[in-house]
Amino acid sequence: MIRFMRFKLLYFALSLAVILPGAWSLVRFGLRPAIDFTGGALIELEIQPHEGKQVTESALRDLVGQDVEVYAVQQTGEGTVMLRTKPISEDQKLAFTDRVKEQLGGVVERRFESVGPTIGRELLQKTVMAVVIAALLILIYVAYRFKELKYGICAILAMFHDTLVILGSFSLLGHFLGVEVDTLFVTAVLTILSFSVHDTIVVYDRIRESRKRHPQAHYEEIVNLAVAETLGRSLNNSLTIIFMLTALLLFGGVTIRWFATALLIGTVTGTYSSTFTAAPLLVIWENFKRRKS
Amino acid sequence: MYKKPRKLFLSLIGLALVALIIDLPGELPIRGGIGPLRIDTVIRRPLLNLGVGQLRFRRDLTIHQGLDLKGGTHLVFEADMSGIEEKDREDALRSSEEIISRRVDLYGIAEPLIQTANNKDQYRIIVELAGVANTKQAIDLIGKTAQLDFREEPGENNQPSATESLEAETSIIKYQPTNLTGKDLARAQVQFDQSQTGKPVVALSFTAEGKDKFSQITSRNVGKRLAIFLDESPLTAPTVQEEITSGNAVITGDFTLEEAKNLAIQLNAGALPVPIKVIEQRSVGATLGQDSVVKSLEAGAIGLTIVIFFMAATYGWLGVIADAALLVYGIITLAIYKLVPITVTLPGLTGFILSVGMAVDANILIFERMKEEERSGKKWRAAMELGFGRAWDSIKDANTATLLTCFVLLNPFEWTFLPTSGMARGFALTLGIGVLISLFTGIVVTRTFLRVLYERDETKQGGEPRGIQWSAKIGRILAKIRGGR
Repeated sequence: MIRFMRFKLLYFALSLAVILPGAWSLVRFGLRPAIDFTGGALIELEIQPHEGKQVTESALRDLVGQDVEVYAVQQTGEGTVMLRTKPISEDQKLAFTDRVKEQLGGVVERRFESVGPTIGRELLQKTVMAVVIAALLILIYVAYRFKELKYGICAILAMFHDTLVILGSFSLLGHFLGVEVDTLFVTAVLTILSFSVHDTIVVYDRIRESRKRHPQAHYEEIVNLAVAETLGRSLNNSLTIIFMLTALLLFGGVTIRWFATALLIGTVTGTYSSTFTAAPLLVIWENFKRRKS
Repeated sequence: MYKKPRKLFLSLIGLALVALIIDLPGELPIRGGIGPLRIDTVIRRPLLNLGVGQLRFRRDLTIHQGLDLKGGTHLVFEADMSGIEEKDREDALRSSEEIISRRVDLYGIAEPLIQTANNKDQYRIIVELAGVANTKQAIDLIGKTAQLDFREEPGENNQPSATESLEAETSIIKYQPTNLTGKDLARAQVQFDQSQTGKPVVALSFTAEGKDKFSQITSRNVGKRLAIFLDESPLTAPTVQEEITSGNAVITGDFTLEEAKNLAIQLNAGALPVPIKVIEQRSVGATLGQDSVVKSLEAGAIGLTIVIFFMAATYGWLGVIADAALLVYGIITLAIYKLVPITVTLPGLTGFILSVGMAVDANILIFERMKEEERSGKKWRAAMELGFGRAWDSIKDANTATLLTCFVLLNPFEWTFLPTSGMARGFALTLGIGVLISLFTGIVVTRTFLRVLYERDETKQGGEPRGIQWSAKIGRILAKIRGGR
């Protein structure tokens, strides 16, 4: 049997190698909130330029007009562009698309979203509330499920690990690729938290079961055994989810690309953390206790 | 030997078949032929229409697509309640909702969704319109307060010159409100000005009471002008030639046909008690929506295929049985979407696709357990039953966390301190339903299929599975069904 727990420091080093750049970016650049939370508008257009015309960022910026502040112009696909501006009305948008039609080329409006600043702030508050409540419910559940403190705390640390990984990745993605954090991202994070707990519960259950069966064995050995026994299941199960998410990421539409990415990153780190964070943490906790007594 | 739950097996197959029928598209054309035999028919799926006493259960059994899939506009209006007393605000909001519903109905938009949401001091009306081509018009139609009233000239005034515009004119003549308002209208209708221009006009017929008021007003204003105001701005100010007792009037303005139609709709539906304005708008073009559906379904199919092969490759015949259960899962889930019915949005579709990956989770847990039990020297049958029993605890606990999260995201009790955002909800709903159904298919369906279909050489303990000898197996099952036992 592989003695997994001999390499705990390696696992933690790997975690740190992933978390540190993300955490640094989180402190340095933060996350890039979407219009859901800040208020603003998003216009996605498919433009077929007239002969001799080119769809350029400056051309589009000019056409939006003086009164509308443009935050960003982005090419989202073949012939499609997305503009982010401050909140605008249907009338302002129509005036803009009419000007584009006149001067640049044929337009198909794919998407238009405009969120007022109050509603954005409100959603942000509510979302924070949802995250707090969901996290609390999961904590209460973990506490109830593992009456022993160490299991609860280690499971929560593993959850925290996953949260850091995903927040850090999206901070980096936001800084380098302009990826925004919207309602769906928060949804993905909450889903990932529950997946993470899900996997951890399976490993911990096995540890406690093995402990009952081999009360004499060294704790580290028991954890080794449990990890060896659950690794296959954990990997296989994550693989099926990863297959579905990768398919979505590669073949699904643009609109949910980053949602799928968040879920995918979360699934990978959730699987990793159950085995390589949650379990070694237990061993460390136990070793520490033993040394003290 | 374990008793084989044949009855359960058959009822599961029956359940899957019923679900499959529900899943069929409304019309399924079948064309083709072999040699001289040609088939060209359309299978029509029956609609569901059940009734017990007063309770009726009708479903058209189509998948309800959200606005982000079929294209449409989601609008959030905020009502300005500053002019309304606190205790009357709820009522004002409710009647605004009703009036908006009437306007949208009169406009002829299919399946609109109109609901109110209030939160502390905020009073909102959410309107979802599917596939509206002209969003601007829809917003104008819904958003206008449409307070109509008639105003007369004051006793003495300075006659303006004829060249001035109506706006300039009304600033000179201080028109006095009369008691005749939009409430006295029986009906408004678009007509065309027959006398000269052929332009669209809006014809008004008053109620009996309105008729009296109108006749009084016209009688005392012969030779003077009577102005018609909409939302505090003048539309037209014709000169009264004689007393009008018929109770009919015409608004001529510089209307386009669409404007005249909208005004007629607004007048017929009644005036909004409070002014409202758009604070959030989300429009998705039909192309993007359909593009999303097609791509998501493609991605789902590709993912599903990989999962099916993966399960078969990893767990052999056991995997094939899990795959069969996974198909049953898909069939039942789709049927539930149609029966409830659930409005499937893009995040919802994602939740469903994700749940397919999770649905085999229970099976994987069980199969791994079974392998272990076998390794520890148990016979196959015992190992299988033990595997299910032991794995159940983990499965139950592990899914609780996901269900808790789904609950918070779904916010089923509409708690105002939690998001009521459609996107998170759509995802949580399909994921939650997915987890629940996958518990059923992953455990009950798989176990029953295994008990009935899967056999192993009991003498070769812990050996490789012999697989399912399908032909013999099916023959035996058929014999059992026919003969009973």
